[in-house]
Amino acid sequence: MSIEVRIPTILRPYTKDQKSVEAAGATLSALITDLDANYAGLGERLLENGALRRFINVYVNDEDVRFLGGLDAQLKDGDSITILPAVAGG
Amino acid sequence: MSIEISQAFADAILEQSRAEYPDECCGVILGPVGSGKALRHKPMLNAAHSPTFYEFDSKDLLALYREADDNDEEIVVIYHSHTETEAYPSRTDIAYAGEPGAHYVLVSTRKEIAPATEFRSFRIVDGVVTEEPVTITG
Repeated sequence: MSIEVRIPTILRPYTKDQKSVEAAGATLSALITDLDANYAGLGERLLENGALRRFINVYVNDEDVRFLGGLDAQLKDGDSITILPAVAGG
Repeated sequence: MSIEISQAFADAILEQSRAEYPDECCGVILGPVGSGKALRHKPMLNAAHSPTFYEFDSKDLLALYREADDNDEEIVVIYHSHTETEAYPSRTDIAYAGEPGAHYVLVSTRKEIAPATEFRSFRIVDGVVTEEPVTITG
């Protein structure tokens, strides 16, 4: 099982500057665990207290994962994950 | 570091700020990857519809990055307005700044300084704010 994960600029220091990496997992939660195993520290930038960080957006293909069950979102071979920091402020 | 922005874009941003008052307005200026040039202005919806907060809509955000990728562009400027305070990054601006390569432009249309306005640019990297000169070109 292989899922492409597109990494935003701000997180590329964790992936040796790679714009996209491969990961595996049947759910988003499992995928993040796999990512963190290969790119230490990345998990903490995505999760806070076991939940997806409010100002990190994760998309499965074209859909915001918040509408797909969040960390429980089901993934399948060939899915493409895009991680984008929210553009937000006060 | 500095940023050049055309008079037309600067005028359009201030106009958008006034039109969306009292809510903050927001948007980007894109340019060819690696050029650092702010060449294509794209106003964005403030999904927060708030006078004290802005956030790009999540779907719009994905579409923006896809479009930039397709055009070999990158986000050169991310701007938003402060409607009651000075054009300086707030604590939340600093906390959520997620594009270390972008120029964060802030404009202020607060009443105390009207009809004057402020138009300033900053780099925000790892929580550190550095102001940089803005050149408005003809």
